[in-house]
Amino acid sequence: MKAVKLMAAMCALAAGMGAAQAQVSDDVVKIGILNDLSGPYADLAGMGSVIAARMAVEDYGGKVLGKTVEIVFADHQNKPDIASNIVNQWIDTEKVDVVSDVPTSSVALAVQEITKNKNRIHLNSTAASSDLTGSKCSPTGIHYTYDTYALANGTGTTLVKEGGDSWYFITADYAFGHALEKDTTAAVKAANGKIAGTVRHPFPGTTDFSSFLLQAQGSQAKVVAFANAGADTINSIKQAGEFGLVSGGQRLAGLLVFLSDVHSLGLKVAQGLVVTTGFYWDQNDETRAWSKKFGEKNNNRMPTMVQAGVYSSTMHYLKAVDAAKTDEAKAVVAKMKEMPINDFFAKNGKIREDGRMVHDMMLVQVKKPEESKGPYDYYKILRVIPGDEAFRPMKAEFGCPLVK
Amino acid sequence: MTVATIFGVPMNALFGQLMLGLINGAFYAMLSLGLALIFGMLNIINFAHGALYMMGAFVAYLLLEHAGIGYWPALILAPVVVGLFGMLIERLALKPLYKLDHLYGLLFTFGLALIIEGLFREFYGSSGQVYAPPPELTGGYNLGFMYLPIYRGWVVVASVIICLGTWLLIEKTKLGSYLRAATENPALVQAFGINVPAMITLTYGLGVALAAFAGVLAAPIYSVNPLMGSNLIIVVFAVVVIGGMGSILGSVVTGFMLGLLEGLTKVFYPEASSTVIFVVMAIVLLIKPAGLFGRAS
Repeated sequence: MKAVKLMAAMCALAAGMGAAQAQVSDDVVKIGILNDLSGPYADLAGMGSVIAARMAVEDYGGKVLGKTVEIVFADHQNKPDIASNIVNQWIDTEKVDVVSDVPTSSVALAVQEITKNKNRIHLNSTAASSDLTGSKCSPTGIHYTYDTYALANGTGTTLVKEGGDSWYFITADYAFGHALEKDTTAAVKAANGKIAGTVRHPFPGTTDFSSFLLQAQGSQAKVVAFANAGADTINSIKQAGEFGLVSGGQRLAGLLVFLSDVHSLGLKVAQGLVVTTGFYWDQNDETRAWSKKFGEKNNNRMPTMVQAGVYSSTMHYLKAVDAAKTDEAKAVVAKMKEMPINDFFAKNGKIREDGRMVHDMMLVQVKKPEESKGPYDYYKILRVIPGDEAFRPMKAEFGCPLVK
Repeated sequence: MTVATIFGVPMNALFGQLMLGLINGAFYAMLSLGLALIFGMLNIINFAHGALYMMGAFVAYLLLEHAGIGYWPALILAPVVVGLFGMLIERLALKPLYKLDHLYGLLFTFGLALIIEGLFREFYGSSGQVYAPPPELTGGYNLGFMYLPIYRGWVVVASVIICLGTWLLIEKTKLGSYLRAATENPALVQAFGINVPAMITLTYGLGVALAAFAGVLAAPIYSVNPLMGSNLIIVVFAVVVIGGMGSILGSVVTGFMLGLLEGLTKVFYPEASSTVIFVVMAIVLLIKPAGLFGRAS
């Protein structure tokens, strides 16, 4: 171990001489992956995100501006207070330059504040709340893969157009659920649908949704929408089937459904769900090639959109550090916003002034069991939603002070 | 059309929620029964109960996946397998702890729970596996006030049978009387030639088997998930505290009662549904520290 460290240090020294102009604080570029490693969101991001980030560093050559790139990770247990402690420690004593991934909107909003005050980059792939690029936007915050607006706009608008004009929400009672419910309500109303009711369930720790489902059933709304995520969505959809919501003529809308959720639900239960996603592994040769590599390292589990987003955003960050010739947060973010993103994940992706990464999203439908060729062959792509249509337009009224 | 309402909630909805409360109460009752049994006999606060419940569900899942053994045999096999595992744990690890403070048993079982959950999470991820209910229990009945899935009805029936059976075993059989006597005065019972350590091992195995049985019952309802036990166990502990530590009848009755209370909370103020049981616990501890059915010692 000592020898490795010494060698790394010597390499860094040697390389550092070559790039005399470049400035990297503390002679290391450290990326901290902060997510849920043990709870309801551990499969959709978790260690998979760490693997994705490591792959990006490896593919980039392990060094930027001649300095070693290091990945550290921690479990925030979906609790903002725990996350705040970790991030403060990372920045103050462990010289972390970027806090990345960060599922759970309540946690992400706390991290956004700390990274803003301490001038570090918050590269968010997995949290959903559109407030991250709205009222809570930050000059050093980037929201990469998707957000509640894009989900609401994709799934919400589509289902209303297909005749689902009255909605009942079952919402996770915290920042994410509220944001998703709010954005979907706006999308439904804009398409002339109406809201029949809402019930909010505690997060985390709810496993039995039957009571909420019964209330949704009683409302006779045409669409029962789940503004929750991960294991909560899995349980909701599974139990909705059990209580005969679908056979009673109601349509289920999983507003945020990850590939890992579909895998866990099984196609028999999940079939027919319409889902908005930022990435699907089986879209083209490029996505398949990367995903296959990822799957080999991740117990043959195919990547979710957010894990792919972690890879792409880490890569983009490293390129920007090289281009900016420093790891100082604001300079790097400026470069990240200047450079377009073209990889397997995004085509002509662009990071806007408010921190939103705009790229094409997809509306997909979960296949029937007989249509699927095997594990992870789950989605039919219904349509590609162009980035400018998918994401909320950048306007001052959404509360981001960076937007003039 | 006018619909009768209570506090602004339609009667139908209320009946439905009470029914659901009863179903959840069935799980609380089975789990708290096992806990109460173990605490009563072993003086161990078994924090691994949730993890063992989860193991029950996973054993059922693994039996189906790898051996093609379906739900009904699993309902017997899984509790036996997990029960034996429990007895092994008791023999190897819990036994030296009896003489020490409660805290040691609590810490050990808590650590054990973390290890078991961690292992399953490592191999199966956190979002869970699919376990379909047996075909003869799928579908449901429209009861007029609600749609009752047949499987959920079965859960209540099975739970009542098991709870009643356990109670009869403890209170009405010879074996039960030995057990109770061994709790009161182990030294004296041992002197009569009864193998008390074996009875203790058996009791732990039985308590654990009850948890595993509940796990198999839960498998088709919730996804078979490494965390399914930890979500439930804290509530179940509150149930045991409210009912009175070690009181068998108390834990069963309290389990069903609190299920109903939680069901009602989900109608009137859903945001509080995860906390209402703890509020009750705090009140009970203030007024009657030994629990509703407990005897003050």
